[in-house]
Amino acid sequence: MTCLPAQTEKKLGLVIDLDTCVGCQACVTACKEWNTGGHMAPLTDIDPYGGRVDGVWFNRVHSYEHTTEQGGRTVNFPRSCLHCERPACVTVCPTGASYKRASDGIVLVDENKCIGCKLCSWACPYGAREFDMDVGVMKKCTLCVDRIYNDNLATEDRVPACVAACPTSARHFGDLGDPASAISHLVEERGGVELMPELGYQPTNKYLPPRARTERAAKVDAPALEPIRADGGFLGWIDRMLSN
Amino acid sequence: MHPAYSVVFFTTATGAGYGLLALLGVLGGLGLIAPEFWLGLVGMALSLGLIAAGLLSSTGHLGRPERAWRAFSQWRSSWLSREGVAAVATFIPAGLFGIGWVLMGKSGGWVAIVGLMAAAGGVVTVCATGMIYASLKPIAQWHSRYTLPAYLIFSAMTGGLLLNGLLRSFGAGSTAVLAGALLATLAGWGWKLATWHYNDRLEIPTTANTATGLAGGTVRSIEWPHTEENYLLKEMGFRIARKHSAKLRRMTQVLAFAVPAILLVIAFALPWPFAAAASLLAALMQFAGMLVERWLFFAEAKHTVTLYYGR
Amino acid sequence: MSLAEPRGANSAPSQRPLADSQAPDEGDGVETSPSVSDRIAKTTCYMCACRCGIDVHIKDGKLRYINGNKDHPVNRGVICGKGSAGIMQHYSPARLRKPLLRTGPRGSGEFREIEWDEALTIATERLSAIRRTDPRKLAFFTGRDQSQSLTGWWASQFGTPNFAAHGGFCSVNMAAGGLYTIGGSFWEFGEPDWDNTKYFMLFGVAEDHDSNPIKIGLGKLKARGAKVVSINPCRTGYNAIADDWIGIRPGTDGLFVLALVHELLKAGRIDLDYLLRYTNAPVLVVQHPGSADDGLFMLDGDSSLLAWDRVAKAPVNAADPDAKPALTGNYTVNGRRCAPVFQLIADRYLHESHSPEAVAERCGVGADTIRRIAAELAHVAFEQAIELPVAWTDRAGRRHETMKGRPVSMHAMRGISAHSNGFHTCRAIHLLQVLLGTVDVPGGFRFKPPYPRCAPPGPKPAGKNVRPMTPLEGMPLGFVSGPDDLLVDEVGTPIRIDKAYSWEAPLAAHGLMHSVIRNAWAGDPYPIDTLMMYMSNMAWNSSMNTVETVRMLTDRDEAGDYKIPFIIYSDAYYSETVPFADLVLPDTTYLERHDCISLLDRPISHADGPGDAIRHPVVQPDRDVRPFQSVLIELGARLGLPGFANEDGSAKYRDYADYIVNHERTPGIGPLAGWRGKNGDAIGKGEVNPDQLQRYIDNGGFWHHGFADDQRYYKMGNRAYLDFAVQMGFISKADPIIFQLYSEPMQRFRLAARGHGKVQPPEAERDRIEAYMDPLPFWYAPFEDDTVDLQKYPLHALTQRPMHMYHSWGSQNAWLRQITSQNRLFVHRETAARLGLADDDWVWIESINGRVKGQIKLIDGVNPDTVWTWNAIGKRRGSWGLKDDAAESNRGFLLNHIIGDQTAATVNGKRYSNSDPVTGQAAWFDVRVRIAKCAAEEAGFTEPQFERLRQPPNFEPSPDVLRFGDGFRIKREAAE
Repeated sequence: MTCLPAQTEKKLGLVIDLDTCVGCQACVTACKEWNTGGHMAPLTDIDPYGGRVDGVWFNRVHSYEHTTEQGGRTVNFPRSCLHCERPACVTVCPTGASYKRASDGIVLVDENKCIGCKLCSWACPYGAREFDMDVGVMKKCTLCVDRIYNDNLATEDRVPACVAACPTSARHFGDLGDPASAISHLVEERGGVELMPELGYQPTNKYLPPRARTERAAKVDAPALEPIRADGGFLGWIDRMLSN
Repeated sequence: MHPAYSVVFFTTATGAGYGLLALLGVLGGLGLIAPEFWLGLVGMALSLGLIAAGLLSSTGHLGRPERAWRAFSQWRSSWLSREGVAAVATFIPAGLFGIGWVLMGKSGGWVAIVGLMAAAGGVVTVCATGMIYASLKPIAQWHSRYTLPAYLIFSAMTGGLLLNGLLRSFGAGSTAVLAGALLATLAGWGWKLATWHYNDRLEIPTTANTATGLAGGTVRSIEWPHTEENYLLKEMGFRIARKHSAKLRRMTQVLAFAVPAILLVIAFALPWPFAAAASLLAALMQFAGMLVERWLFFAEAKHTVTLYYGR
Repeated sequence: MSLAEPRGANSAPSQRPLADSQAPDEGDGVETSPSVSDRIAKTTCYMCACRCGIDVHIKDGKLRYINGNKDHPVNRGVICGKGSAGIMQHYSPARLRKPLLRTGPRGSGEFREIEWDEALTIATERLSAIRRTDPRKLAFFTGRDQSQSLTGWWASQFGTPNFAAHGGFCSVNMAAGGLYTIGGSFWEFGEPDWDNTKYFMLFGVAEDHDSNPIKIGLGKLKARGAKVVSINPCRTGYNAIADDWIGIRPGTDGLFVLALVHELLKAGRIDLDYLLRYTNAPVLVVQHPGSADDGLFMLDGDSSLLAWDRVAKAPVNAADPDAKPALTGNYTVNGRRCAPVFQLIADRYLHESHSPEAVAERCGVGADTIRRIAAELAHVAFEQAIELPVAWTDRAGRRHETMKGRPVSMHAMRGISAHSNGFHTCRAIHLLQVLLGTVDVPGGFRFKPPYPRCAPPGPKPAGKNVRPMTPLEGMPLGFVSGPDDLLVDEVGTPIRIDKAYSWEAPLAAHGLMHSVIRNAWAGDPYPIDTLMMYMSNMAWNSSMNTVETVRMLTDRDEAGDYKIPFIIYSDAYYSETVPFADLVLPDTTYLERHDCISLLDRPISHADGPGDAIRHPVVQPDRDVRPFQSVLIELGARLGLPGFANEDGSAKYRDYADYIVNHERTPGIGPLAGWRGKNGDAIGKGEVNPDQLQRYIDNGGFWHHGFADDQRYYKMGNRAYLDFAVQMGFISKADPIIFQLYSEPMQRFRLAARGHGKVQPPEAERDRIEAYMDPLPFWYAPFEDDTVDLQKYPLHALTQRPMHMYHSWGSQNAWLRQITSQNRLFVHRETAARLGLADDDWVWIESINGRVKGQIKLIDGVNPDTVWTWNAIGKRRGSWGLKDDAAESNRGFLLNHIIGDQTAATVNGKRYSNSDPVTGQAAWFDVRVRIAKCAAEEAGFTEPQFERLRQPPNFEPSPDVLRFGDGFRIKREAAE
């Protein structure tokens, strides 16, 4: 059913810390690896060893240079489905293949209903939809729906593959609909932002902006070093220090 | 946006087909065009043929065309589903209208009712098509007040020119229809110019800054997540050179508007069969021009995902 | 650790599972609890050299997925981009299938498949003849293998000194710089105190070295708000998230660091107590220019070092804990003029030539920035000092109630290492650390056991007496402490084929793999018979001057014989080097074999305790391949090498697994330190335990011992730690480790150059030895800067591996290559504007060695005088299972083509290896280039182009579509 639930019980999503992401691609291949055997298997790779290689990936990392009056910064930017509260990718779907779960807010595709019209990919401003040309259906991030509730995994492993993998701890997971959750606190504390808020999709995932040149920047307020001017200069200072 | 030929042809053909169907349904149903078997047969065949060919072509865009029937289910939220439902539903009054008007040679009464219903179905379908595009917020060139009227105007225009050509060919030419076709062409021209004018000056609030959440200054892409083009770029990252675009815009204007308008003006002054020839040529040229217009409609549309790729 | 406590690095409250991870009743038919795997095998990753612990999930007999082992000390549950792509490496279509014997000309790729017995017979006959006549004629060099304690020992048993691994072209400057100064080094032998540091400086780390530990650490620093300062010409990866990015000019880090030293000295912001206790700063140095002991330490009669007691006003044993040594002044002892090391340091670095103003322009870093960084270092080290409430006892028996720490830490790697001045620059960084008192203290840089060791560590390189049928008297690699230890003959000619431990590279430590092919080709110092290599792509991205290297591999003498007569190569994949081998021994993938990441080599230790690890086969090979280490062991037995064959000629070890358990290097010490002793209850030293491997497997593939709190810091002078280290066999005596700010071994070389001692350099080498064997760190321009016309070649050119490929073999991995299959040359936006270049232009990149063509990308985050590219993306057509239209061989390029393997100018009438003159470290980053837009018809493809490599027999073409994982789903859904 492509009508959206009036509201969802939970708003599960990710928070990505752009201040910490080094662009190592760990989340990218961890996602690929889990999901190519997971709920939406396979994430097909066309021409995997050739010159027109094109694979399905649910998570991709871009690199940008952000230049402001204060200077420049290189920013690595992971991009995946934001599990929006108002996802037009769902409402445009003519078949009911795309849907938003009322329980946890995860946006999913039921592959068996997908006709591969690709309209959802047009409706998604974020490029989160990935068409599997080989199978002829649309695929996308499942927020690891087959991990986060999986009884066959140890409880501690029931987090999205990207979160488990991230070596710099730049990825966070939780219920963003619960203002008391740890992840909501993190967003609050770090001034997390939505992407393209002007489009009104109300993404669940949030991004924590780089702290560089903000109030949060790590600063060392060190007084300038003064050369030793007293008697004997530096060597005199050593003698005095040692004779103490 | 990638201008897929299947979709370009689909929207152009069904636009013309529904336009023609709507005009036949109204004018034929009300008896303003007298029932005449061959004219009726060719007219209905042409309109339904264009619609069917268009719909068939559209399935070429589908990854799993065998499941196309599923697309009728989500009419409550999806313009594409509504389009599908309306498109198919229109065949019912259209068929009945064909039976009444063409086979039974009737107009008025129930034939008028199904004719008007077919016309309404055509309009609804074209509206739905227009809304598919107009509703897409990630594509500012489409998500504007110009898109829906454009689909309606172009449908009426191309349908009108087909009707005019049809009537002229059967020696049943009508000055009113000819004038209407000419006016529709001029209106279409004007609307397209206005749309381009609007789109060329569009200030899109969505930028690389809002796309990445990096406020202020410039955000430049330095590396993609992948070396080769992926689905997103192939489908939505289509780029057209300004020069190429300008050329195609000129071609659109000449083929879809200027030449048809001139031919229609000439048709006023020409006797049969020259007027018929001019009218048919006008319709044909316009159809070709509209294919170019529709190609450009896609090619010039910029999807927000391209911001992530620095395009 | 209680069970409730979350394990692993990613266990912040915002990274945990949902409080209620029961699937909600959504009614959408999604299977939220699919079965994941039939079994989980815990082993060690080998997608790079970081040695992370991995959980390999196996389903239906196939690899389902790999994740990080949460208990593993290296990666604590996280996994990097390569680790998760290991599946594609394992199932690569480029895997070799069977032993190959060359049939066509070398390099043609024409082979026939042979059986293992034939392959081993060929190798045995060849090597046996060498061993009977002149063992030096076997040169055995390995790449990034993690079995150097085996391979080195094998070479030693064979009797050839010509052995080394890839360290010479990787990071020997860092290893040697550290080991000769502080008895430990960055990365493998040390790490920042991520939990306590407040100020972290990262020098020249090119996305790598190492992978997950640095990333985990940076995550911790960010979470705590500690400051990260990066010094790197490129603003990528780790440098991108630094609070301060200092886009220094390549090769000038030494100037920058010594300017910091200058500022700190001038302001008196150094830790005098620390210098007195843990360094040779107070040791007296003889000051008699011209004499044979000039610059050597003043010795007491009993050969203990002397300092000057400022209270007693008399010489005193420098090791006496009750002494009050002076740090400054000039004294006369036993009639010899002398001064403390520290006085020499002050004299040198207080000089104005080291002031920020003097170096700013050359470094491309403003003098105010240098001063600010110096002030910040001092502030954090001295005003924000920390104290852990842990009582400990130092080596002299003094009890300390707390552990004091100066929370400034540093890490440095490739950007420092890969210059011809890298050794001294590395020493300069250690000098800076030591002056601030931040080595092995809370918040500082910490040693990983078995380090620290004596600086330099004890064993000397063996190879002085090479005799047929005779093992070397020790291991081929070691540490020289003076000219007497060099491997040169009486006229100064190198004994080793790579000229390591000769006057050209005295402190080689890791050998010079990058000079082996040239030297073997030229017969300089002598011709060899067989070159045996393992896991190193020497015909492509592991060599400088690729075009020439390939020519040397295929060059023939007048008689038509190859100048390098026989090449044996072992690799798991069809790399660019395989076609140049005469005999190919196909290796397994890392999931099909045993391995041992040993304390005898480069273990998985953490600063909080020693550890080692194993690999074990988690799947069986589906090809006729064998793990190289087992092949080497069998070869050793067939050759009858002592240590590998019993008296009766039978094999001593069945295979590598057998060796790992049963080999003892010295009594009680074997490749693995955990679960030793009959019952498996000993660590470090103990009898062989036949169940040892199983104990490792049961424990997740690794062993780790955690230190007691009082052993964790001050290891160089901590009694509890040093006693433990002796007990474990890390060091032989529990003596304190004294940091060698002044390196006496280096001074010995200088004295030799001045005509003292019985081993002296040939006349032609004296100036070089005099100049570069300076006992105190100094900066000199990278060689290429001084020898090429900088007007003509104004730019520096650097390479770095992308993080998702760092240390991984090739880019044929179906997933990783999608991320990067074409490398761009990154050019500063303003530089490009000046040169009239636009984004995406194709350019010629030209050095004095040649030119290569690539496509540019404009950026801001790079030193404006520097261009850089991702390394080893360019591939030769026909290699790695890639198709002919792959971007790697059409648009990607290899900068190696234009990096010379020899110095530019003829110094002393000859060209030296393009290496650091102290250690022989390959100077990849010295290269100077210019770039110019290519002609229109030249755009779009890279040059030079190479002939396509022919495919080996019975190679399947790589697939057109990869549907990895669909099998799991089909089976899963069928079962539902």
